[in-house]
Amino acid sequence: MTALQDQTREVGATAAGKRRVIVCAGTGCVSNGALKVHAAFTHALEEGAIPFDLQFKPESGHLHLSKSGCQGFCQMGPLVTILPEGILYTRVKPEDVHEIVAATVGRGEVLTRLLYVDPVTRGACKGYAEIPFYKRQTRYVLKDCGWIDPEDLGEYLSMGGYEAAKRAYLAMSDEAIVGVVTASGLRGRGGGGFPTGRKWEAARRAPAGKKYVICNGDEGDPGAFMDRSVMEGDPHRVLEGILIAARAIGADEAYVYVRAEYPLAVKRMRRAVHDAEAAGILGDSVFGSGRPMRCVVMEGAGAFVCGEETALMASIEGLRGMPAPKPPFPAQAGLWGKPTLINNVETLAQIPRILNDGPEAYRAMGTEKSPGTKTFALTGHVVNTGLIEVPFGTTLREVVLEIGGGITDARGKARGEMFKAVQIGGPSGGCLTPEMLDLPLDFDSLKSVGAMVGSGGLVAMNQETCMVGIARFFMQFTQRESCGKCVLCREGTRQLLGMLDEVMEGRAEPEDLLRMEELARAVQKGSLCGLGKTAPNPVLSTLKYFRGEYEQHVLHKHCPTGACKALAKPHIVEALCKGCGLCVKACPVGAITGERKKAHALDLKTCLKCGACAAACKLHAIHGVLP
Amino acid sequence: MTTTENTLQIDGRRVAIDGERNLLELIRKSGIQLPTFCYHSDLSVYGACRLCLVEVEGRGLSGACSTPPEPGMNLRTNTDEIREIRKISVELLLANHDNQCPTCPKSDGCGLQRLAHQLGVEKVRYKSVLTRKPIDASSHALVRDPNKCVLCGDCVRVCREIQGIGAIDFAHRGHEAAVLPAFGSGLAQVECVNCGQCTVVCPTGALSPKPEMDETWRDLSDPDLTVVAQVAPAVRVALGEAFGLPPGTLSTGQVVAALRRLGFRHVYDTAFAADLTVMEEGTELLGRVMKREKLPQFTSCCPAWVKYAEHFLPELLPQLSTCRSPQQMFGALLKDRLPQSLGIPREKLRVVSVMPCTAKKYEARRGEFAKDGQPDVDRVLTTQELARMVKAAGILFHELEPESFDMPFGLASGAGVLFANSGGVTEAALRFAVEKITGEPLPGVDFHEVRGEAGLREATIRAGGLELRVAIVHGLGNAKALVEAVREGRAAYDFVEVMSCPGGCVNGAGQPVGRERDGRKKRARGIYEADKTMPLHKSQENVFVGACYAAGLGDIGGEKAHALLHTHYHGRPLAAETRSEERE
Amino acid sequence: MTTLSCETPETQDHAPALMKILERHERRRDRLIPILQEVQEEFGYLPEEQLKAIAAVLDLPAAHVFGVATFYTHFALEARGKYVVKLCDGTACHVKASIPILEALQKRLGLSDRKKTSADALFTVETVACLGACGLAPVMVINEEVFGQMTPQRAVELVDELARKEGGAP
Ligand SMILES: Cc1cc2nc3c(=O)[nH]c(=O)nc-3n(C[C@H](O)[C@H](O)[C@H](O)COP(=O)(O)O)c2cc1C
Ligand code: SF4
Ligand code: SF4
Ligand code: SF4
Ligand code: SF4
Ligand code: SF4
Ligand code: SF4
Ligand code: SF4
Ligand code: SF4
Ligand code: FES
Ligand code: FES
Ligand code: FES
Repeated sequence: MTALQDQTREVGATAAGKRRVIVCAGTGCVSNGALKVHAAFTHALEEGAIPFDLQFKPESGHLHLSKSGCQGFCQMGPLVTILPEGILYTRVKPEDVHEIVAATVGRGEVLTRLLYVDPVTRGACKGYAEIPFYKRQTRYVLKDCGWIDPEDLGEYLSMGGYEAAKRAYLAMSDEAIVGVVTASGLRGRGGGGFPTGRKWEAARRAPAGKKYVICNGDEGDPGAFMDRSVMEGDPHRVLEGILIAARAIGADEAYVYVRAEYPLAVKRMRRAVHDAEAAGILGDSVFGSGRPMRCVVMEGAGAFVCGEETALMASIEGLRGMPAPKPPFPAQAGLWGKPTLINNVETLAQIPRILNDGPEAYRAMGTEKSPGTKTFALTGHVVNTGLIEVPFGTTLREVVLEIGGGITDARGKARGEMFKAVQIGGPSGGCLTPEMLDLPLDFDSLKSVGAMVGSGGLVAMNQETCMVGIARFFMQFTQRESCGKCVLCREGTRQLLGMLDEVMEGRAEPEDLLRMEELARAVQKGSLCGLGKTAPNPVLSTLKYFRGEYEQHVLHKHCPTGACKALAKPHIVEALCKGCGLCVKACPVGAITGERKKAHALDLKTCLKCGACAAACKLHAIHGVLP
Repeated sequence: MTTTENTLQIDGRRVAIDGERNLLELIRKSGIQLPTFCYHSDLSVYGACRLCLVEVEGRGLSGACSTPPEPGMNLRTNTDEIREIRKISVELLLANHDNQCPTCPKSDGCGLQRLAHQLGVEKVRYKSVLTRKPIDASSHALVRDPNKCVLCGDCVRVCREIQGIGAIDFAHRGHEAAVLPAFGSGLAQVECVNCGQCTVVCPTGALSPKPEMDETWRDLSDPDLTVVAQVAPAVRVALGEAFGLPPGTLSTGQVVAALRRLGFRHVYDTAFAADLTVMEEGTELLGRVMKREKLPQFTSCCPAWVKYAEHFLPELLPQLSTCRSPQQMFGALLKDRLPQSLGIPREKLRVVSVMPCTAKKYEARRGEFAKDGQPDVDRVLTTQELARMVKAAGILFHELEPESFDMPFGLASGAGVLFANSGGVTEAALRFAVEKITGEPLPGVDFHEVRGEAGLREATIRAGGLELRVAIVHGLGNAKALVEAVREGRAAYDFVEVMSCPGGCVNGAGQPVGRERDGRKKRARGIYEADKTMPLHKSQENVFVGACYAAGLGDIGGEKAHALLHTHYHGRPLAAETRSEERE
Repeated sequence: MTTLSCETPETQDHAPALMKILERHERRRDRLIPILQEVQEEFGYLPEEQLKAIAAVLDLPAAHVFGVATFYTHFALEARGKYVVKLCDGTACHVKASIPILEALQKRLGLSDRKKTSADALFTVETVACLGACGLAPVMVINEEVFGQMTPQRAVELVDELARKEGGAP
């Protein structure tokens, strides 16, 4: 039985078989109208005179209408879950609500038309357990994410929340806590995979006195949203992790640094802190232990580099977020010069369960060197995009083909054969190719192929994606986000970007590729902080695995995908063209001419390479430019 | 721990660790000069230029400036990889640089140029990405050319950490990052005090003293004008450095000779005016001490400090001595006396100062120091500029026969010369004041208790039942701390000497930028030597100073003296408070 | 005698809204970033006057405050439009063709990468790196409202609709 089914049962059990309607209120579903759906439920229930609670009330026998954080399948949102049956409705509109209340809530009937349809089997899936996207996952840290009401401390408590923290404060020594974390083999999810136990031990051993814990929720990788989902969907779990960390190292103050693009996460974390204070969990004496603990939620202001720990601390101190040389490490001299433990959101969110279930249970998941599970943001050209969690060691094949449902083309159609690459780890990561489909995803395997787990962004790309373009995209990102402090990163990324532009515009010479590699390595080796040290990874990795594609651009001034505008040579394939004239209408500059029913011709001199014609042509007769 | 345990290896040689703060210090100690742009032993570690990279076995490349030494480390400082990365770094900088060496103010001592040369950069492999930005020439003292900045941040840190000001800082980020005054306005519109210490640490021509050589040449070649020079004390121990002499070499006579060759009609010694300052300021001090008012009296001979006080300590201004700086006393005096004695109209006289200082350029243009629109001091050349003019004229400095200053304004006591050193103004004042109080000749003229290098030095001088509590600070950050201590009642003084430059005017921003590590000390020593070799050691012994009072200045601190030799101050807004309309 | 008068000049009349924010943060320098955030919230952007006032009250060099304000992309030193359209150009959105949307919007409003605010001060169009709703790529946010699975056409329609609401010509 998968952990997921476990969890469905658990939620069901807590609610004592009670009927419950969960409307996903994560950012994705909200932007698809989830709040209107929620309002429609209130309305419909009132109308139908069905008594309901909007809050978790264990003793009440009424229906519980709740909002949850992201359930990971935003693409199909708004999502509505009905318990105890565990029915999942997708793409729910306010108009559907009346029927749901009447049929499902009232009579226990399933509305097939709102169920998710497995694109392969064409069968309707009743609940999570049947949906391929969820079936393959192991939701460990996301256990309650998307189920419980993130704004309801009571519900978190009812599920055993803060039990681990309580034990840590009242019944465990700091050594013992660190011991459990070390034994679990937990490695930091902030990108580097540094053993968490070792980090805690260093901070614990730092001379007593003022110490801080920082929870890094900056999540700047442009294509990742795992930490956000945890903060939005299960904020108390994060807070509990922070509390335990503080107890373990002897800190009495914590900062949660959340990037500014996540207003809802900021709100939920603040709410969690507020409620925990009101409940006496945070405050002068945590669980009556006599140990004080305070927590401040700070919002970033738009700087990727502030995810780097020294820059983050500078930002908390009110300064420009420029990284500083290490040593001193944060554990020695961090925030305001005091010993500081800094961990990622997901790292900290694992802690309560590790303490509860014991390190062995944790080690039972994942691989020997990378125990546990990892959340990934699966996006790009795959059928199912969304937030997923799998044990380390799961292969790329399982993730992309099974959970992701396979690759799609530019029009969103499933086209398995079009799999080209997966970019993992965002701007500091690298590319995985179809040859690596059986590569287990874990810290060390990924490193061995020049990629990294990074934050956990997984972007699938189809054949229509130009890899030089992807390298350029990341280079532009890091170049914009470089803090500008050190020469190799500030000037080097700028030059690399310029070189990539030359490749894409057909102005590069063969020796430019060597120069580019040489510069990329220098930037990697010599930069001050992780941003610069990893910024060249996408270039180096695409150069390694898709060198031919670069060479096409350089030697033949040709972009095999047609994505590079400057190199595109749109032309009409005579044999395919039936002379329908659709392209003539679509072309904004009149570059296409021809007689009806005869093959048309395209004049390259007038053509803007906009691709409108290719999009218009039903027979796909226009090649050399992307629609 | 035995010494063998406390060692590490540098390029295969064992080196003992002896309290060095970072690998860079240790590597330098072992006789290897690593290139650096962003390291300065007086400033905080920044770690940005990545030129000091070394290979630490087992750790990869690390910045030597920011890595503490650990026993057992094995370092390599000169591998192919390191050289290549350094070369790439320099090329990257040059690809975003306005490469104008021949016409660059830093041409002679530019770190970037030197490094490119040393590393054998013969071609820049990268395309230029320079987007030209306007040069900021708003300040009278400095020129800021952002197109030559390598963003090492030395200037930012010196201004913040040594001067306690923060007039310039990093702005924007990534490739747009720049060092700017607030809101990108001109240096003249913000709280920059023109000390020029940022130009001293700047490895390139991005921050440099504003030159006045062309104007001076023009004056010198104008037959209608009479051009005279005054030479500050600090110049004589530093000009030689520009010609390869060791720091501190006293070359007063050659300086005078060179100036005459350049066409200056008369060459005078600013130390003369310093003697005058001692009389005025000492008398002012004694007056305040007797009345117990406006104490401590702060010196006013450093125009950067004066501007600092005007910006940041307006409530302190009444406590500043009202004395003009020696430069301005001299300017006023010369413009008052020379037209008469030389029989020329005032507007045909040009007074050019040769100063170790950039702030003096600004000072000379303060409205208070002009009469009928004509400034008391027309041009201010730095020691660096004088050196360049000497070279331009082809004068072989080494072969110059020493010459003497013109009289009467060329006579100075050693006390006047001491003004160049931090503590020197105090010592000169004490040589006057103590004698004045006791009415007896001093047994010895040296006040060793006020000499030294510490940023804050304190002494209590007992004379005739009176206790004079003096304090000496250099670096405005130290001044700021002292004022705070006085405010909070943690310290109390009668007399406080403030010089903005570390070590005083000998290390002013107009001096040749020395590369020798104890150059500072040597210059200071040169000044004390100069005092020793001079016939007079006390300002009150300077007969021509006495003659000046007799021949028109009247009483010390009297009305006429006040009109010519004293000034007033006014509070100035900070950049934070200036309204946009007030900026140009 | 040797004491100094120590009143710091506090007489300036700063905007009351600003002073409230500063007081709420106890005039702490380390609160500079939240202070700037709230000031931007209050004034729509960070006017130079307010930055100077912040520097004066917190006793920080103005260059420092300017340096912090220009480091973070969320701070705007110039007035922005009534509607701030943020188009995501994070990885997920980029591979799902966010740039054509940007181009369409810029064309519709007469904007460019440099000129970000329309002449009528109604719209500001910016790109951001990932809004964290990648599952809905490409994503666009207008003020606080998130729109997923955008197309150039829909984006322009949304803008047209707002322009009509404001009574402005297209
Ligand atoms: C440029 C850069 C960006 C980073 N961004 C993040 C981030 O968004 N979130 C995060 O947790 N760690 C980020 N990190 C890693 C952190 O510096 C730090 O290692 C991490 O928060 C430690 O937590 P962990 O031990 O739990 O992984 C970043 C590092 C670099 C160099
Ligand atoms: S590597 Fe880049 S981001 Fe990091 S300190 Fe250097 S310039 Fe800044
Ligand atoms: S690419 Fe655009 S411009 Fe070129 S022919 Fe097709 S529609 Fe016309
Ligand atoms: S739309 Fe396609 S088939 Fe029709 S004329 Fe154009 S190229 Fe030919
Ligand atoms: S700063 Fe140096 S490298 Fe640049 S132009 Fe001046 S002398 Fe040449
Ligand atoms: S060094 Fe070369 S480039 Fe420079 S001035 Fe001399 S000849 Fe010209
Ligand atoms: S001249 Fe002095 S005050 Fe002005 S910017 Fe330079 S260091 Fe700062
Ligand atoms: S102005 Fe000079 S000292 Fe300042 S950052 Fe630029 S190069 Fe460095
Ligand atoms: S200490 Fe001397 S050189 Fe330095 S600014 Fe003051 S007067 Fe000028
Ligand atoms: S927001 Fe509802 S599934 Fe992500
Ligand atoms: S001197 Fe070490 S990084 Fe610049
Ligand atoms: S990449 Fe656009 S929302 Fe994440």
